[in-house]
Amino acid sequence: MKLVYFAWLKAKVGHAEEEVAPPAEVETVAALMDWLSARGAGYAEALADRATIRVAVNQEYAKPGDRVKPGDEVAFFPPVTGG
Amino acid sequence: MIRVQREDFDLGAELAALTQGRHDIGGLCSFVGLVRDMAPIDGETTGISAMTLEHYPGMTEKMLARIEAEAQERWPLSASLIIHRYGRMEPGEQIVLVAAASAHREAAFEACHFLIDWLKTKAPFWKIESTDDGREAWVAARDSDDDAAARWQRSDEAAE
Repeated sequence: MKLVYFAWLKAKVGHAEEEVAPPAEVETVAALMDWLSARGAGYAEALADRATIRVAVNQEYAKPGDRVKPGDEVAFFPPVTGG
Repeated sequence: MIRVQREDFDLGAELAALTQGRHDIGGLCSFVGLVRDMAPIDGETTGISAMTLEHYPGMTEKMLARIEAEAQERWPLSASLIIHRYGRMEPGEQIVLVAAASAHREAAFEACHFLIDWLKTKAPFWKIESTDDGREAWVAARDSDDDAAARWQRSDEAAE
């Protein structure tokens, strides 16, 4: 599974992207965020505000209950500020 | 048509190209977003020396194409255009152009307004501002942008 981070999440996590292999029971966006948060303080801090963090799975906006699986590209970022 | 690019664009040339050879267009409406030299940071009006836009290559193009398709579906448009820049820009520089052309002005005005409101809350771009005193601050999303986009939400669609 490929994870990508944008804007200030990238700085808190410490890198722009990474390959991870979460355990099989990590089947949803919410579970993935819990699993990541347990990996270190930077992750926990980056993902702390669940109501604010936006998630995209395979470049489509996703909700906490949406499924994730091996091979997916999952992106984490703050609310967008383009325009 | 959509374009995501680092370089600046020529507003006049872009609009001329959009209507080139077309005789069915009665109205063309465009909006250009520019970099301001002042911004509220931590509640204080602060001088800005530059702004850098980051985006999510791939998803950006997908979302912009979808936003344009949504405008095409909602209004009888003859032509439309979204150009969004990324990278470093200084105050006064152009960031974004949206344009909508139609047989009549109503559709052109509304679709243009829709394009920029929808883009601001859905396209994956993020701005970081460099202040005159050497700080860097990510721009926070504004509730007023969500409110602006919500005006175009159809009752049969769930809000995100």
